[in-house]
Amino acid sequence: MPVVRRFRRVAPLLVLALLLVGCETEGPRSTLHPVGYVAEQQLDLLIWTTWLSVGVVALVAGVLGYAIFRFRSRYTGDKDAIPNQVHGSVPLEITWTLIPVIIVILVAVPTVRTIFETEVRVQPQESDVLVHVTGYQWWWKFEYPELGIVTANELHVPVGTRVVLDLDSADVLHSFWVPKLAGKRDMIPNQENQLWLIADEEGIYWGHCAELCLGAHAYMRFRVIVESEEEYQAWVESFQEVQVQASQEERQAIQPVQNNELIQEGRTLFAQKGCIGCHSNANFGPGYGSPDFPNLTNFGLRNTVAAGVLENTHENLTAWIRDPQAIKPGNYMPTLWQEDDPDALEEASAIAAYLLSLGIEGEQQAQANAVGGTNGDR
Amino acid sequence: MAIGRQTAAAGHAGVLTRPTWTTGWASWLTTVDHKRLGLLYICTSFLFLGLASVEAFLMRLQLARPEQSLVSPDVFNQLFTMHGVTMVFLAIMPLGIGFANYFVPLMIGARDLAFPRLNAFGYWVYALSGVFIYTSFFLGGAPDAGWFAYAPLTSLSNNPGNGIDFYMIGLLVSGVGTLVTAMNLIVTIINMRAPGMTFMRLPLFVWMMLITAFMIIFAFPPLTIALFQVIMDRTFGTLFYVPEAGALPILWQHLFWIFGHPEVYIIILPAFGVISEVIPTFSRKPLFGYPIMVLSGIFIAFMGFAVWSHHMFTTGLGPVANTAFSLTSFVIGIPTGIKIFNWIATMWGGHVRFAVPMLYATAFLLTFTLGGITGIMLAIPPLDAQVQDTYFVVAHFHFVMGGGALLSFLAGFYYWFPKMTGRLLPEGLGRLGFWLIVPGFYLIFWPQHFAGLLGMPRRIQTYEAGIGLDLYNLMSSAGTFVMGAGMVIVIFSAFWALRKGRLAGDDPWDGRTLEWATSSPPPHYDFDVVPEVNDRDPVWLLKHPHLVERRDPISESVDPDHSPPKHVEQVSIHIPGQSWYPFIASFAIFLGSYGLLFHNLLLGLFSVAVLFYACYAWALEGVGGHHEHIELEPAVGGPA
Repeated sequence: MPVVRRFRRVAPLLVLALLLVGCETEGPRSTLHPVGYVAEQQLDLLIWTTWLSVGVVALVAGVLGYAIFRFRSRYTGDKDAIPNQVHGSVPLEITWTLIPVIIVILVAVPTVRTIFETEVRVQPQESDVLVHVTGYQWWWKFEYPELGIVTANELHVPVGTRVVLDLDSADVLHSFWVPKLAGKRDMIPNQENQLWLIADEEGIYWGHCAELCLGAHAYMRFRVIVESEEEYQAWVESFQEVQVQASQEERQAIQPVQNNELIQEGRTLFAQKGCIGCHSNANFGPGYGSPDFPNLTNFGLRNTVAAGVLENTHENLTAWIRDPQAIKPGNYMPTLWQEDDPDALEEASAIAAYLLSLGIEGEQQAQANAVGGTNGDR
Repeated sequence: MAIGRQTAAAGHAGVLTRPTWTTGWASWLTTVDHKRLGLLYICTSFLFLGLASVEAFLMRLQLARPEQSLVSPDVFNQLFTMHGVTMVFLAIMPLGIGFANYFVPLMIGARDLAFPRLNAFGYWVYALSGVFIYTSFFLGGAPDAGWFAYAPLTSLSNNPGNGIDFYMIGLLVSGVGTLVTAMNLIVTIINMRAPGMTFMRLPLFVWMMLITAFMIIFAFPPLTIALFQVIMDRTFGTLFYVPEAGALPILWQHLFWIFGHPEVYIIILPAFGVISEVIPTFSRKPLFGYPIMVLSGIFIAFMGFAVWSHHMFTTGLGPVANTAFSLTSFVIGIPTGIKIFNWIATMWGGHVRFAVPMLYATAFLLTFTLGGITGIMLAIPPLDAQVQDTYFVVAHFHFVMGGGALLSFLAGFYYWFPKMTGRLLPEGLGRLGFWLIVPGFYLIFWPQHFAGLLGMPRRIQTYEAGIGLDLYNLMSSAGTFVMGAGMVIVIFSAFWALRKGRLAGDDPWDGRTLEWATSSPPPHYDFDVVPEVNDRDPVWLLKHPHLVERRDPISESVDPDHSPPKHVEQVSIHIPGQSWYPFIASFAIFLGSYGLLFHNLLLGLFSVAVLFYACYAWALEGVGGHHEHIELEPAVGGPA
């Protein structure tokens, strides 16, 4: 397979060279640099059809160009000359009926093969990671039914493992799309759609909602975080730890809201300002929040805020909490402070500090606060 | 006998007599002349084309740089929705219908469409529905759910404003106009052909319009049903598209695309027809492979109804359905490819004059080929899974709709302008316009293929900086200035030419089909004597009789003695009277639309009453009109 791998590496360059010399193909959402089995299959089809297309365009443009230059009437001289009035030719018609037929067959065979390799509905196996994805205006809920994890906007998956996604929508149509891992699949209310993918390399891959869902559609982004098996297990355990605990005290012991005054204040404000009315958070235990809003459990482990719009730094998170509409117009998060509230920034900052502490061990947390952020650049 | 009926009806109490104005604004409101209505169609669609272009321009301005906020997301949603709705329903499709209105009767040797008043009704319904949809900007916001308005984004809970109602009711009404026009064209083409104009001698434009009209008849009812369901949902609380009540929103997509895919060919087949007229004329050769061109048009239309689900590959239809719709979509590439080769073969061996219409026709050939090829790519479900709903799709359908339909209609505009106005468009400005429009078009839409492949979804009002999209978007936005300048030049030169253009004469391009046999602009009765047709290129053969020996074998079967009635020295032509009622009826529908939208029972009942009155009076107003007596020169050899 190294030949294939090498081919895949140069393939985007070929596509590029063929279509428009000197243009960029890199980008965090580029379909031309896949890192997953499904997306690779899709790119192979793109490359194959691009080659064919270049052939067809060269043929048509060549014949057309020749006709233009060879049969251009010279305005002088034979302006009134009448060319031979040819009405048609059966052999020619048969020829250029067969040409498209052959091209169509050349496209159809790999197409059908790839459809049945990448688009079949799979029965989840023991080894698969199963995730239930729900699209909301304008964020993503990721539930791991086997693990009891509920999180938002960042999907953690282990490398090299098949991930089976059940796709659903809570309101309008959305479409789940991580270009580097797999093509998109729509999320439709009352319809069970499935998408599966296998990521070849660790990394953070960008996704975007591909179906118009009004308002903040342009900001309905997410990340797929592909980690090693160990990192993934650690991430899973950090959720399971906070969820098994029953009492408030024990919960706080696991997710220590420590001596840091800012964090303590943030936790109080999180409750006072009504955040817990919408956002579930294992640190507060069950009974708070709603399943229809992002679950903030272990929020400190997130890389991004506002469904992938900003990096999850203390500064960005504060700005987001202070005035969500300025960052993501149309979203449903209320503005909690009056325009002229003198404490607004300070209080938002405290809530941000609290949220960033969730899921982070004591030492890490202190460190993070010291540098004014957490692992936004992780 | 016609006069007798008119006299009887004119005395009917309470019914307006048929007006007879020939000039002034009222003559345009009451006209039933297919040529005047054709001009109205063409002018109105250019007007909407301008509006849609302004919307496009604003969007490109917003997207020129990343993370800009010139336009709010809400306004952006309205802009692209109205841009799409306008282009599809109010600009490009009516442009084709406008040319058909003007030229189908002339090309088949008829004096008008079969139902002149119905024709006027069709136009007014279309124009007023456009006005209706556009008033949404002032009455609570334009529709914002995209031109295909997927459920459940259109349900009352997800979209409580008026915009969706404007979309649904506006398109429902506009569809009525399109349907009656299609029926009118079918009846006209089948029943009113000149003597000797057999089906296999119809100009290809007429053939394509006949096929298009049949497609409209079959494609619009599913749309009507879908629109009606949503109107019922929003007005009367039914639950067709309410997911909370268990509805399956995918139904809208099936109904919409079983209309929407044929709609693509409803737009593009007339364009094929125009190209099939322009290329032979400017190559001085008959259309290569005429029977195949007709059959491939029919085949495309037929298959057009079999591929709607290729717009839905990502909705989870499953691999079997995706395979089926993928393969049927590929099959459409075959007749399309045949057409391209036949057009080139028509040029082959000819004396090709590159006047402006031919320039556009050539640009069409290349651009449409490129758009067709990306169409094949999109018909590959695994590839579609990546590029669906991205700028790759945006680029694709603009290559087909803009590069295919719009460029060919521009070819038609330059080709037929002298016939419609008697004056030629200035050649120099025409070339300048062409060299701005076509490269500008490529600058806008070519980079969008790459933006799509780099992961830029469509319908987003902003994108992240530094993820590879900046340059492509900037190029796209810059292109709008170039193409826009070209369009302005075209419009400007048309106004200029109306007054100062060089006089065209009857047959400036050495044409081949019947419309060139009458004067420019044609008299309101079209032809002094309806000519006898013996060939596919009747006018061409009259001008070059020595070619008759070499003409198509089909022509040989026609009785050569059956020539025009040479002994007649005076002909009497009945000119139908104008009528107020098509306008009044469509205006009642226009008012009633507001009644439905604002749940205003009084306005609704009033407009229904007016509509009933208009239908009643329409039925009773009689034939009207007058007879035109035309002296013929003693030796009439036919046209030219």
